[in-house]
Amino acid sequence: MTEHSLYGPLDDVAGEAGYDDHPPRMGFFTDTSVCIGCKACEVACKEWNGVPADDFDLLGMSFDNTGHLGANAWRHVAFVEQRAQDLGMPSFDRPGDGSGPESRTDFRWLMSSDVCKHCTHAGCLDVCPTGALFRTEFGTVVVQQDICNGCGYCVSGCPYGVIERREGDGRAQKCTLCYDRLRAGEEPACAKACPTDSIQFGEVDELRDRAAARVAALHERGEVGARLYGADPDDGVGGTGAFFLLMDEPEVYGLPPDPVVPTRDLPAMWKRAGLAAVAFAAAAAVAFAGGR
Amino acid sequence: MRAAAAGVSMERRREAGVGPKRWLELWPVYRQLTGGDPLGRGHAAQSPRSAGLTARTEGADHVAKSICPYCAVGCGQRVYVADDRVLQIEGDPDSPISRGRLCPKGSASTQLVNGPQRARKVLYREPYGTEWQELDLDTAMDMVVDRVLDARDKGWQDVDEHGARVRRTLGLASLGGATLDNEENYLIKKLFTALGALQIENQARI
Amino acid sequence: MGSNMAEAHPVGFQWVMEAKERGAPVFHIDPRFTRTSAHADLHVPLRAGTDIAFLGGVVNHILSNELDFREYVVAYTNASFLLREDYRDTEDLDGLFSGYDPETGAYDPASWQYESVEEKHAGRDADSAAKEQSSSYQHGSGGPRVEGGSDRIAADPTLRHPRCVYQVLKRHFSRYTPEMVARVCGVSEEVFRAVCDAWTANSGREHTAALVYSVGWTQHTTGSQCIRAGAIVQLLLGNIGRPGGGVFALRGHASIQGSTDIPTLFNLLPGYLPMPTPEHTDLSSYVDSIRADHQKGFWRAADTYAVSLLKEFWGDRATADNDYCFDYLPRITGDHGTYRTVMDMVDGKVFGYFLLGQNPAVGSAHGRLQRLGMANLDWLVVRDLTMIESATFWRDSPEVETGEIAPERCRTEVFFFPAASHVEKEGTFTQTQRMLQWREKAVEPRDDQRSELWFFYHLGRRLRERLAGSTDERDRPLLDLWWDYAVVDDEPQAADVLRRVNGVDLTADRAVGGYTELKADGTTAAGCWIYSGVYADEVNQAARRKPGREQNLYATEWGWAWPMNRRVLYNRASADPEGRPWSERKALVWWDAEHGRWVGHDVPDFERDKPPDYVPEEGSVGVEALRGDDPFIMQADGKGWLFAPSGLQDGPLPTHYEPHESPVRNPLYGQQGNPTRKVYGRPDNPSNPAPPEPHGEVFPFVLTTSRLTEHHTAGGMSRTLPHLAELQPELFVEVSPRLARERGLEHLGWAHLVTSRAVVEARVVVTDRIPPLRVEDRVVHQVWLPYHWGTTGLVRGDSANDLFGVVVDPNVFIQETKVATCDVRPGRRPRGPALLDFLAGYRRRAGITADTGTHVLTAGPGAEGPAHTEEES
Repeated sequence: MTEHSLYGPLDDVAGEAGYDDHPPRMGFFTDTSVCIGCKACEVACKEWNGVPADDFDLLGMSFDNTGHLGANAWRHVAFVEQRAQDLGMPSFDRPGDGSGPESRTDFRWLMSSDVCKHCTHAGCLDVCPTGALFRTEFGTVVVQQDICNGCGYCVSGCPYGVIERREGDGRAQKCTLCYDRLRAGEEPACAKACPTDSIQFGEVDELRDRAAARVAALHERGEVGARLYGADPDDGVGGTGAFFLLMDEPEVYGLPPDPVVPTRDLPAMWKRAGLAAVAFAAAAAVAFAGGR
Repeated sequence: MRAAAAGVSMERRREAGVGPKRWLELWPVYRQLTGGDPLGRGHAAQSPRSAGLTARTEGADHVAKSICPYCAVGCGQRVYVADDRVLQIEGDPDSPISRGRLCPKGSASTQLVNGPQRARKVLYREPYGTEWQELDLDTAMDMVVDRVLDARDKGWQDVDEHGARVRRTLGLASLGGATLDNEENYLIKKLFTALGALQIENQARI
Repeated sequence: MGSNMAEAHPVGFQWVMEAKERGAPVFHIDPRFTRTSAHADLHVPLRAGTDIAFLGGVVNHILSNELDFREYVVAYTNASFLLREDYRDTEDLDGLFSGYDPETGAYDPASWQYESVEEKHAGRDADSAAKEQSSSYQHGSGGPRVEGGSDRIAADPTLRHPRCVYQVLKRHFSRYTPEMVARVCGVSEEVFRAVCDAWTANSGREHTAALVYSVGWTQHTTGSQCIRAGAIVQLLLGNIGRPGGGVFALRGHASIQGSTDIPTLFNLLPGYLPMPTPEHTDLSSYVDSIRADHQKGFWRAADTYAVSLLKEFWGDRATADNDYCFDYLPRITGDHGTYRTVMDMVDGKVFGYFLLGQNPAVGSAHGRLQRLGMANLDWLVVRDLTMIESATFWRDSPEVETGEIAPERCRTEVFFFPAASHVEKEGTFTQTQRMLQWREKAVEPRDDQRSELWFFYHLGRRLRERLAGSTDERDRPLLDLWWDYAVVDDEPQAADVLRRVNGVDLTADRAVGGYTELKADGTTAAGCWIYSGVYADEVNQAARRKPGREQNLYATEWGWAWPMNRRVLYNRASADPEGRPWSERKALVWWDAEHGRWVGHDVPDFERDKPPDYVPEEGSVGVEALRGDDPFIMQADGKGWLFAPSGLQDGPLPTHYEPHESPVRNPLYGQQGNPTRKVYGRPDNPSNPAPPEPHGEVFPFVLTTSRLTEHHTAGGMSRTLPHLAELQPELFVEVSPRLARERGLEHLGWAHLVTSRAVVEARVVVTDRIPPLRVEDRVVHQVWLPYHWGTTGLVRGDSANDLFGVVVDPNVFIQETKVATCDVRPGRRPRGPALLDFLAGYRRRAGITADTGTHVLTAGPGAEGPAHTEEES
């Protein structure tokens, strides 16, 4: 255990989790500037992971009928229609004038494929009493369905609202970054399918370099709104293994602007909470036994 | 990338041996207290199932090279098969067209071929009938033979209304989808032409 | 234009994104802001059905400013050729060309010929006088015949002669000014100029621009001419036959290209050979109708293609003595297209119908007509993967709800056969770049599931067994059919079929290497001459799978593209007349003088060893008559056609006509709509009135439809799959905020859309992505909806195609489903018999009869041409 086991930058997440000899940390860089909103990621994920279809509801949220990440949506493509006033552009008075030269700049349609962030400090994992959630040798965070007893602590532990219990067996569900595929040397299903390579899979260090270069290139092109989300190891979750290039503020996409792992203050509390920790272990034991 | 860690963890499990101690070692809190993962969130928490996990496509006994059946881009697909069942369909990275990628429809191909929506039996609705009935394939084929010849003869014309020789039938029509193979379209056109049928059409008209 | 590539062809769109990353500007010209527009540098919304006005404006911009790629245009197109003195343009005749007959609604194209082409030759092409005739499409893709194309054609290389194509083109489009584009299309002059500037700046020696279209162009009464207009721009800018250039037809189905190459189409035989008509009394008269005596190019060898096809059909029974069984081919006498046939079903003239992976109850225009036609058959065979609306119409169609169809009264006998999927059979698809790709069989089909190959092979076998011994002359073509394809375990072998499609040298039982090996003497058999080469060297070339990353961009060792594995058609044009690349960055194929052959990155689409300075001897015809700088080797004169002297029913040049149903009077001419469009004026196929007819205000809005990424056409392969159905679970209609206010429509509430055919209800989606447009100083609202829904599947809803009537392009008989007019009202639609009364009320208010919309001639002062209606049967 180190100073940054629960908060702050952490270079070797898998090593910290007890893997002496492990592959590099793997993750996603989702470059939303090239997302075409096709939802291949959603389908490829569901097909591979056996995630069932959800409700057949028209949501009216532009072309998004998935709504949010959840037990039955491990990838979710958000669609954001931005009107002139939202962009601070002058509006026009006469209807039909929108076909003028302002027609491109007065409207923007953003698309972004969201996914579990695979945080450096994962709230879901930190609060899981059963060991169902664990850190893999790839530095990713996975729910083990053979362990999970559906207690639901993780749901409130996630600062992004990603993880959710599935109706029926009640077990917690979220992206595994295709742990099974990774172990076979395959890339995750969503990244493989993505037609425009908006979802890129690779070593997190390398992806961060690539992302920084991409932001710089977009800025040079005048896309001043381009920014990274989750790539900063000094943020509230120690940076994420799945991070994003956004074209606007995170809130625009429905993402929390400054997520913080709920265990941030845990180290300071650790000594005072010594007894609580013992109780925590005991509770885990009971839960584990109960879950078998 | 290689999955080096998979081998490592498998080895550790084997070292754990059998017996009561093994069960204890598999208990996460026990490992948390004794192993190199003091917070019990990583290696110590890995379940046997997780430790043995691999992609199900690894179990394929055959991989067929195919092409996506939806739009006309013609993306390459790899069809993973075990015991004459499709395990998984995904993009073929070798394809210079698609480079392994698929759209949502192409990505749903496994469901398309394996799903419960697939019809498996011949069904028959008699004239003025209110329900489907099952029909033997062989019987159905023979019934279609009868009806094709009947419709051909009812719509037969040796000459048209101007007396010009046309040797054709207007009693029989066909509309084909554009997801049929070239070889299939060829036999369809050839057979209908030999029957004298002309109204042989296709999605390409639409 | 007319394509939503990111949504309809997402994986192909990766290449557009890549081009964009490398600096290529992307423009999207489309009524709606789509997922394609989201990634374009500029989205240009225009009124649906005004693409030719826009493109005509681009042509005018190019010619007025002399921005054409002059060397290319002079050398490779027919710009310099002189036209006849009696040619009259739309400029002279208020929107008509010379040769129009109001009674038939058709043109005699004789006056559209080149000046030097003799009268007697030109007259032979004038067989299109009858409205019913489909002669232009019979000439297929290879370029219509031009008698005299191989002779010296009178020309003015300075392009100054008033009757040269260049000047005629310039005059024809002179009124397509930026102001006019703004008036017609609703596109501002500034935006229009931005497109023109980018298009011309990115063309020429060093640059090329690509033009992409889809059914947004074809599904119009001017569909063929839309594509012609795009081709003219691309020819003028030197963007044909060059890397990064071209006109891309993005087709919508896995093998829709293959379905036209090996056509299940009434007017074609494989390889774009025409179906014969009664005038073709023997093989030689048939062949002569395809090719001219004095013409250039590979169509001159049509006799070898035709005889080889007949040999593949009838094998040993086809001999020189019996004209290779040419008489066995049934004769067409006009329109036998799918819509004509459906009307004939309604009229009781058709008895049996096969639907093969096709769902016209949802996917074809005028769904009600489709379903009523099917309800009036003796029998119907449906072969599909899943149960579809076209198989269940007798019990759950909208007409059951209105009482027009009742199971107890519906006489149609229905057979449903489950089909094998793409992984349960082997065979080839031909994708949108003309590339054949072989699929391996992965698993066996289950239970009664069978391939079409199985079904038709065994249907043929059983039919022949049933008729064995018959002496009826009618049965001879079937009994004499060469039907002995290899069969393994009951399944006919697709590879054997493909080999015979490729062609076989019958003297040696050897697969031919290409179409130039085909003979007209009966020694070769080939099912589709353009596919010759796909089985060269007895190897299934379509099954080649050398990874793309191990090849250059053209990847010629992956699959096989017709013709002869050439990936870029007419790529001789990528080099200048002397055979040198126009520029190093745009090099594709070039003349290697040292070795005396054409070489390059692609397979040259030219005779390998014909030097660029080759000049044929006087009197040469066919391939020999092609000069070394005639890149357009399938054309009768070797040139790219800015002006089409023959081959089109509706004029030698594209002209803006308003859609059949339009809210505005044509601002360009007195002629409102395409004067040769095929209207089927009958009570069950009503049209909404359009100017100059009165009462258009009853249907004040422009309606357009298209696909969603998440669904596939009529939905049989998507609405039935939970992982796709959930992504777009319900029919919705997109309206602008202003229209929503005007009509009291609420986001996610219900609306119903009304035409004279149908009323369809959908959930409302209010969005800025479908802006109102200013057209002729008024506001035109457009509404859009996807068309994937029907009465079966996991997600259900009304079918948008029910809203459309049947009116078709005169060249290809494709229906106008990309634009119509409609009314939009809040709330759900009436149900049951009340729905019929509701529609009748609309028709009454709009004064609609079978005549409405059928007076296709409106040119000239006060002109109203005759109605083109059908007699009631």
